[in-house]
Amino acid sequence: MDGFLYFSTALIECMDLDKLVLDFQKKDVSAFEKLYAMYAENICGVINTIVRDEGLAQEICQDVFVKIWNRSDSYTNSKGRFFTWILNIARNAAIDQVRSKSYKQEKKNLSADYFVGILNKADETDHDIDKESLKKLVKNLKAKCIELIEMLYFNGLTQKEAAEELNIPIGTVKTRNRSCISQLRDNMKL
Amino acid sequence: MDVKEYIASGILELYVAGILSEKENLEVHTLAMEHPEIQSEIEQIEASILALTKTTSPGLSSDFDALKEKLKTNEVNEVISLPKPTLNWKSYTGWAAAAVFAIGLFWMYDQNQDLELQVVETQKENQQLEQQIVESNTSIEKAQDLLSTIRDKNISVTTLAGQAVSPTSYAKAYWNKEKKQVFIDAQGLPEPPDGFVYQVWSLKLNPLTPTSLGLLDDFATDENKVFALNNSYASEAFGITLEPAGGSLSPNLEQLYTLGAVSDS
Repeated sequence: MDGFLYFSTALIECMDLDKLVLDFQKKDVSAFEKLYAMYAENICGVINTIVRDEGLAQEICQDVFVKIWNRSDSYTNSKGRFFTWILNIARNAAIDQVRSKSYKQEKKNLSADYFVGILNKADETDHDIDKESLKKLVKNLKAKCIELIEMLYFNGLTQKEAAEELNIPIGTVKTRNRSCISQLRDNMKL
Repeated sequence: MDVKEYIASGILELYVAGILSEKENLEVHTLAMEHPEIQSEIEQIEASILALTKTTSPGLSSDFDALKEKLKTNEVNEVISLPKPTLNWKSYTGWAAAAVFAIGLFWMYDQNQDLELQVVETQKENQQLEQQIVESNTSIEKAQDLLSTIRDKNISVTTLAGQAVSPTSYAKAYWNKEKKQVFIDAQGLPEPPDGFVYQVWSLKLNPLTPTSLGLLDDFATDENKVFALNNSYASEAFGITLEPAGGSLSPNLEQLYTLGAVSDS
């Protein structure tokens, strides 16, 4: 019974999301507002882990949502999840910024640590970051998991790129990631 | 198809990461439509990524209204930017017209320069032609003078025939006894060598007495080769010899070019 209920809720959610996206594609601003409420924090978070600058991340984040609005026609659900689509746009925008000349001049001495590094930095200045939740989520996660999650979800590296970076077989990327995400999902239940 | 195995492969995690190929994405999407377990698994994976990414958020700089304003200004910008092509077209046309005008100006300037040059050249040519006309007129006057001189009723004409030194040479003497002038037409004489000059002699025959009448100076440059000399003697014959420059006191008969006796008539 529980299982059935769970599936039907998921189904309703899924249908709601599909309808929301369709309305958004018809330039329905209220649908877009709901999508923004659902994903804005996540998108800004991803951008923040790439650019490591809260103000800049917020700025890019807003530009990304304007871009999403203008490019709504180019999304179809057969290409992937809606979140995955906007995640890609956000990563590309943030990476473009990082590669830009002005950014490089400003951030010469940026350390190449993982997104968990935000945690350490957060102690000083970043008040908005949900440190406690992050700590809870990555608890017991091995460094190689954090590394891999950073590469695949935050930086958008391909399987091949991640395999080369970590010096592991390409098939291992898939299975290791599966087990890392499983751990993350377990931590969510804590 | 074994759904559990498919889920366990880890492909759905990569699907959410957005790093599968277009073909794989379509495959996952199709299977998710067919199998609710797959759809559910995808949503749970996505939920965990959403939870993780949310924790790294720096917070939102502003609420949705601010974004909405940006969307509006973006739309306004788009509306404003619509007439851009026309504007561009206008400005391009303007620049093109300016370029054509500039090229035209340059062309006209160039043409003007050419014409001015032509005018100057034509003026020079005109001057040369005028000069030629003046010279021709002078030359005609001279010729007429000469003709009238020769036609004078008091003129006696003597033909001087070529001698041993130069048998083909000849000359003519037009003698106006009243005016005591003799005109030597030396057209039939060769040009004298450098350092030598023709000298004209009046001859009395009994006894043979030569008297110098003068030199045919500037022989080579003289145009009509007619030389006017004074002759107050009662000449019976005229002779022309080649003498060293400056002439001689008595003729060098070995270099006698022409000789002719004056007829009585």
